[in-house]
Amino acid sequence: MGNLGIIFKRELLAYFATPLAYIFIVIFLISNGIFTFDLGGFYLRGQADLLPFFSFHPWLYLFMVPAIAMNLWADERKTGTIELLLTLPIKLSDAVIGKYLAAWVLTGIALLLTFPIWITVNYLGDPDNGVILAAYIGSWFMAGGFLAIGSCMSACTKNSVIAFILTVSLCFLFVIMGSPILLDVFPDWVPQIVVDAFSAMGFLTHFDSIAKGVLDIRDFLFFSVFIAAWLLASAIVIEIKKAN
Amino acid sequence: MIEIRNLTKKFDQFTAIDDLSFNVKEGEVLGFLGPNGAGKSTTMKVITGFLSPTAGSVIIDGYDITKNPIEAKSLIGYLPEGAPCYGDMTTIDFLNFIAKVRGYRGDAIRERVQYVVDEVDLSSVCQQTIDTLSKGFRRRVGLAQAIMHDPKVLILDEPTDGLDPNQKHHVRKLIKSLSRDKIVVISTHILEEVTAVCTRAIIIAKGKIVADGTPSELEAQSKYHHAVSVRLTDDYDLAADLVDVPEVISVEKDSEVEHTFTILAREGKPIFSRISEIAQSKQWPVTEFHVSRGELEDVFRNVTQPAEGVQ
Repeated sequence: MGNLGIIFKRELLAYFATPLAYIFIVIFLISNGIFTFDLGGFYLRGQADLLPFFSFHPWLYLFMVPAIAMNLWADERKTGTIELLLTLPIKLSDAVIGKYLAAWVLTGIALLLTFPIWITVNYLGDPDNGVILAAYIGSWFMAGGFLAIGSCMSACTKNSVIAFILTVSLCFLFVIMGSPILLDVFPDWVPQIVVDAFSAMGFLTHFDSIAKGVLDIRDFLFFSVFIAAWLLASAIVIEIKKAN
Repeated sequence: MIEIRNLTKKFDQFTAIDDLSFNVKEGEVLGFLGPNGAGKSTTMKVITGFLSPTAGSVIIDGYDITKNPIEAKSLIGYLPEGAPCYGDMTTIDFLNFIAKVRGYRGDAIRERVQYVVDEVDLSSVCQQTIDTLSKGFRRRVGLAQAIMHDPKVLILDEPTDGLDPNQKHHVRKLIKSLSRDKIVVISTHILEEVTAVCTRAIIIAKGKIVADGTPSELEAQSKYHHAVSVRLTDDYDLAADLVDVPEVISVEKDSEVEHTFTILAREGKPIFSRISEIAQSKQWPVTEFHVSRGELEDVFRNVTQPAEGVQ
């Protein structure tokens, strides 16, 4: 096991050493239930798919993921353990990616634990399980995108509440980027290509098609590049800010 | 060997380390002294590779800390100020984690962790989470992680800060026992610690070295070096007997303890035998009589305060 793996394991176990992971998972599952069955009208739609379940995920992640991400680095800096971690013979990239992966796997575990809803829909009807699988993976990648923003914001401050608020705000921006609410704001003289580029950065643009089962490699590529870029930004911010 | 060449660290406009150069050899226990804010911790953070220098270089056994950080960091054991540890972990989990990062695998992890647990006497708190430990134990956990890989270079930032006298004694003994064929650098503002464990002391102020030498060399710079302290039973004008003695520069009367005087030597030359002759011939009513080696505290104040005053 390389250093990345060692850090990943420590971080993941640390989530479960405190109630944090359990609280996160329980709240995630309850919220999912409420959104899907109450607000999403799962039964009323009379369709054997999980669209109401997945379409709430961007909004659910908006608050849940920053709560996980906020302590990725803020806490290390506040307690001074960052000094311990970064004077060990490890690469900064191992620390950034290891910590990130641990948080990402935690969201993955929470997502996997929603499996009863998949059983339910299979019991009630005959859904396209390929679509559901694609949507699950897409949802996890989107959570990864939120988390990568959170990693960078958490590196910016010692205060985890500030990290939380910054992350929620930025994530919100990226969620609505592709939606008409924001696109209508652009005045006419802005070239179409800029508007298109802007909308292409939106999470909803990419996730909506994934949730409907359109498995486009470009959507996954978008999230992968997005995650890599924010992790790189995290590393740069840590390098600059670790002194204060 | 640690080679520090023209090391400078600036934070915006503030210069924390100002063109610092020195070497530390194997077997040396270097005490790093200075008033608060003098740049002690910053220097240690740069040496250990946590902060990168604005200019200059730190070379650990041939490895430049900025160019070969992994190799250089592998040689260093570091106890950061305040001994930060992952508070949610148990002592044993934390040490296991450090052992793995330090490259131990399989059975070697258990053996090595057991060794450091015995060395710093942690066996009673192995299963406790670090957050629940007392300050002394937490410091010891920090020490345990620092010595995990039997490092050639041990850098300890205020290792005894906040410990009770027994714990201090224990940590100092530990540092001494570790220091054979190693390089140990400790920062402290407890001066007795320097005399107790260090073979060399560097005093810095405003990011510059203001004194460098063995503890006894530094003590020799004190105006109390070779000074003679005399305690009398009665009032006696002892200064009158000494006006004609050229070796004596002045006599200080202790303001707190009655009938106690300190006779200062000119240029720190030995005056004990001369004073004792006078005392016998003039029949001073002496109850206590001893020679001072010099006070590190006095030297510390002398060399650091002018620099402070410049502000």
